[in-house]
Amino acid sequence: MTAAAVIESVDADGAGARDRILDLAQRYGVYAALVVLVAVATAMNSDFMSASNWRVQLFQTAPTVLVALGMALVIGTEGVDLSVGATIALAASVIPLYIGYGPAPAIVLALLLGAAAGLVGGSMVAFAGVQPIVATLSLMIGLRGLAELLNGAAAKPVEDTTILNLGEQNLAGVPLMAWIALAATGAVAYTVRRTTFGRQLVAIGDNKRASLLAGLPVRRVLVTVYVLSGILSALAGVLIVGHGAEADPANQGLNMELSAITAVVVGGTPLAGGRVRVLGTVAGAMFMQLASAVLIQHNVPTSTTQIVEAVLICLAVYVSRERGTR
Amino acid sequence: MSVRTSQTVAPAPAPREGAESRLETPGERWIRRAERRGPLVVLVAVCAAATIASPSDASWSDVSTILGNNAFVWLLALGMTFVITTGGIDLSVGSLYALGGVLAARGATHSPWLAIALPLVVCAAWGAVQGLLVAYGGMAPFIVTLAGLLGARGLLQALTDQGSTTYLVPTGSWFRHLGAGTWVPVGIVAALFAAGWILMERTGYGATLTAIGGNQDSAVLLGLPVARAKVLVYLLSGTLAGAAGALGGARLGSGVTTIGVGYELTAIAAVVIGGTLLTGGYGTIGGTVCGVLLLAVIHHLIDRYLSQYGSAMTDAVNGAFLAVVVLAQALLERSRRR
Repeated sequence: MTAAAVIESVDADGAGARDRILDLAQRYGVYAALVVLVAVATAMNSDFMSASNWRVQLFQTAPTVLVALGMALVIGTEGVDLSVGATIALAASVIPLYIGYGPAPAIVLALLLGAAAGLVGGSMVAFAGVQPIVATLSLMIGLRGLAELLNGAAAKPVEDTTILNLGEQNLAGVPLMAWIALAATGAVAYTVRRTTFGRQLVAIGDNKRASLLAGLPVRRVLVTVYVLSGILSALAGVLIVGHGAEADPANQGLNMELSAITAVVVGGTPLAGGRVRVLGTVAGAMFMQLASAVLIQHNVPTSTTQIVEAVLICLAVYVSRERGTR
Repeated sequence: MSVRTSQTVAPAPAPREGAESRLETPGERWIRRAERRGPLVVLVAVCAAATIASPSDASWSDVSTILGNNAFVWLLALGMTFVITTGGIDLSVGSLYALGGVLAARGATHSPWLAIALPLVVCAAWGAVQGLLVAYGGMAPFIVTLAGLLGARGLLQALTDQGSTTYLVPTGSWFRHLGAGTWVPVGIVAALFAAGWILMERTGYGATLTAIGGNQDSAVLLGLPVARAKVLVYLLSGTLAGAAGALGGARLGSGVTTIGVGYELTAIAAVVIGGTLLTGGYGTIGGTVCGVLLLAVIHHLIDRYLSQYGSAMTDAVNGAFLAVVVLAQALLERSRRR
């Protein structure tokens, strides 16, 4: 008797039971996987639960979490934002240029540029009706070139203490970056669950045409979502500059779009939109980071790490595919 | 360049064709022409402007550089045209290109025939698995091929001992001639593009692809072999990426592990600039030829006149150019709907 048959015999409405299990797996699978991973890692290496190891993991994960939160909002509207990595590079590139005016103006300018990048991408999607993947692809190619033009191709050191503190300091034993990511998570979760904007966003992702006919401000919501994604990416860029003490537009944020999309999908947000799992996204980012860290700590070659990541992505999508993906 | 044969079958474009003959105003006709011939017009205009700006520079060596250095990478765009026409996307081609190069160089150390067969077979198998997951697993092409991108890189790393082993094509091997000079690689690529054009515009398979991209449910109801066609399309794209990698390996004389990153985006850009709709249902090989030539010419012009800004300028201009093209496409599409 196959597994599916067993399930059907338990419940008279077999298809319903199967759907429910997939739904549960989609919803809570990432948390279960995270718990199992941490348990296995601790059993294999007692140093894994040390505070210093967790601090390292949090430093590594915080920027990805910020970017993935914005990506989750965009994917919730049935879009995708490929420009996040290039936005990180753009935000990073203006820090050394304007740090002479003090840290606050430099950071504000970086965030404004992130918002502007999101505004351009979002307008192309919302007003011109360009496919999200194409609109943000053109931004992705163009913005990294712009970042390198602004800052030269070589990495520039950043010595400002405020920026370095953002990337390096601990607060109550936890990296400041992780507190910032936590605050952003709370804000995004509140926005999605409790605000009109959040409900409109999810409705648009579920059915754009119906939302338009129901009189929702579809275009405004779409643009706002991409602007938020741009701002969160720029914030991640500032933190990355602080952590590395340099701005490197050619390399910073490279492949970040892939990591962010992976975190969102592994976290249970369907690519087809209409649902946003904020905490799942954070857990997804954490899981992917810890999985690769564990493999590296046990001297597994990066080739295997990449193949494992690929399999994990496929698994996550297989679970969430019942919602209809394209 | 029209897909007339396809459109008799494709459900989505059909009303467009039917409405054209009876209801079209002169304005709409011009919009349709701009959409169909746009890439070609822009290509001719850019080349003409460059020639007029500096007649002495438009030499044969320019043409040879543009064709010879990029030719095999265009095969990625050829495969991508088929995939995108079905409404899918293939992000794995950059990794498969690099993998193909490494496999070719490794095979060449044994036999030139193995150098050709190994990348084709492995990349075809990789593409087929992706196609099976998309067609029968019901998974999003974007994610399946994203996993393919990571996995193929991983396989490449494993083959080359984390990229530290470089396989050289033996200097005496005739396999090197396949990538040498301008004419041999360009000839191979041109032949494959011609075959691709026939497949897309003159066969039932091409019509099926267009129908799937136009409206998959209708294609299924029409009794078209949708799942099989989708598996084949990813297999084709993977095979072409492997062939491109083999030609690249022949030209460079070795399997370079670090190349191919971001090539999938260049291929998508070329296809989109060529007028193929990313939503599927309309794709032309001729448009893709214009798209890759346009990107190559712009790249060459920037190298020549703005080289002090380096590759950053190329990226910035290419990104802006792509944005303008997709905006123009979207606006043309909208004005026709009104």
